[in-house]
Amino acid sequence: MTTDVLIRVEGLEKHFGGGSIHALNGVDAEIRRGEVVVIIGPSGSGKSTFLRCLNLLEMPSAGRITFEGVDITDPKVNINRHRQKMGMVFQHFNLFPNMTVLKNMTCAPVTLRKKTKEAAEATAKQLLERVGLSDRADAYPNQLSGGQKQRIAIVRALCMEPDVMLFDEPTSALDPEMVGEVLDVMKQLAREGMTMVVVTHEMGFAREVGDRVIFMDGGRIIEQGSPEAVFERPQNARLKEFLGKIL
Amino acid sequence: MQTWFENLKHQFDLNFIQRSRWRFITTGLGNTLLITLLALLLGVAVGVVIAGVRSTYDKTADTARPSFGRKVLGFFNGLCKVYITVLRGTPVVVQLMIICLVIFAWSDNGVALASLAFGLNSGAYVAEIIRGGIMAIDNGQFEAGRSLGFNYMQTMRHVVLPQVIKNVLPSLMNEFIALLKETSVAGYAAVRDLTYGGNTIAGQTYSYFMPLIAVALIYLALVMFLTWIVGKVERRLRSNDH
Repeated sequence: MTTDVLIRVEGLEKHFGGGSIHALNGVDAEIRRGEVVVIIGPSGSGKSTFLRCLNLLEMPSAGRITFEGVDITDPKVNINRHRQKMGMVFQHFNLFPNMTVLKNMTCAPVTLRKKTKEAAEATAKQLLERVGLSDRADAYPNQLSGGQKQRIAIVRALCMEPDVMLFDEPTSALDPEMVGEVLDVMKQLAREGMTMVVVTHEMGFAREVGDRVIFMDGGRIIEQGSPEAVFERPQNARLKEFLGKIL
Repeated sequence: MQTWFENLKHQFDLNFIQRSRWRFITTGLGNTLLITLLALLLGVAVGVVIAGVRSTYDKTADTARPSFGRKVLGFFNGLCKVYITVLRGTPVVVQLMIICLVIFAWSDNGVALASLAFGLNSGAYVAEIIRGGIMAIDNGQFEAGRSLGFNYMQTMRHVVLPQVIKNVLPSLMNEFIALLKETSVAGYAAVRDLTYGGNTIAGQTYSYFMPLIAVALIYLALVMFLTWIVGKVERRLRSNDH
C-alpha cells in the first residue's frame, strides 16, 4: 500500500426529496491507492449513498470529490471518462440480460476503449478463467446462479481495467451458500493490490481483508480505523451498539 | 332455396361485376394499405422522438445539473406532453377532418393527408408505448451502463433499447392492427379507402349487404393475418428470452 490518495472526499452532502432528507451530512474521507476500505453501518446510515456519490451515480448536493487529482464534481469534467476507471459492482448484479456473459464483458471495452473484439474477448476469457467460469462464456445471465452472476459482474467491471472498484453490498442478495465464492474473488482481488471500497455486512470479510474500516451513521463517518481497532476497541457508543447487534 | 341462391348471384353480379365495380374495392384496399403503411412509418418516427424526449427528461431528473440544455429539454418535454394530451384526447376522425378540410383544404391528395393525420395520431400512442417500455427497464441497467463509462446515449443504444424493442414489439404491432381498422374513417374526408369504396358501390346499386360484407371480410382477413404474425413474433421473442 502506498500513501498517494486516489479519491479525496471533502464536505460531501446529499439531500433527497427537495432537501427534506439528508442522506449525507458532510463526509470527509480519503481512499489511498491499493487500500481496501470497508464501510459498515446500520441501514439508512448513508453508506450506499456515499459509495454511489464516488462515481456520481448520485449527484452530490454539496462538497467535492477528487479522483486521481481531478475534481469530478466540476460540471465541466466529462464524468464518463473517469467512470471508466471506477468499476462498480451492485447488490443486484445488473448484468445485461440480452447479452451473453462474453458480450456483457466486452461491450464496454470495445465501444469505449476502442479495443478490437478479439483483444477484448481474450482479456475477458482470461478473467473468466480466474474466477472459474470459463465454461460459462456463452451463457446468458438468467442461466447463471446468483453467485455466478456476481462473479461475472465483478470481472465485467475489471475488463475496463479500473483503478478502483466500488462494491455496493455485493453479497446481500445472494443465498448464503453463494456468499463465499463471491468473497473469495474479492479477496483475490485485494491480494493483487486493487483499490477497493466495499459497503458490506460481511464483518468476517472486513476483518480479514480490510485495511481500514469506516463506520457510518446518520450520514456521517462516526469512527474509522484498522479492523482490529474498530472491532476490538470501538470508542463510539453507536458503533458499540451496532457491533453488539450484529456480532 | 333456389331463388335465394339466384338472388345472391344477382347481387354479386350487380355489385362487383357490372361496370367493373370491383375496382372500387381494389383501389380502396390499395389506398387503405398505403395509408396504414405511411401512417405507421410516420407514427413510429414521431413516437420514437417523443418517447426519447420524455424518457430522457424523466430519467435524468435526479442526476442532471441545472443548465440551459436542461431548460430546453424541459420545454420540449412540455411540448410533447401537450401533443400527447391533444392527440389522444380528441377523436381521430375530428383530427383527420381538421387536417384535410381546414389546414390543408387547398390540397386534394387525400391519401397523403390521411396518412399524415393517422400518422400524427398514431405517433402519440406509439410514444407512450415506447416510453412505457423504456421506463419499465430496471434502473440498475442504466446504472450498470453508466458505471462502465457509457454516456446516456450509449447506455440507451447498447444496453436499454435492445431490451425495450423486445418488450414493446408485440404492443406496437397491435397498435398497427388497430391503426389499420382506424383508417376506415378516412371516407369522412372523402379519401377513397376500402370502406369508402364499399360505400360507393352501395350508393350506386342501392344494395348495402354485399359491398359492406365484402369490406368487412377483407378487414377481418387482414387483421387475422397480422395477428398471426404478431403471435409468431411473440413466440420467437419468448423462445430466445434470456
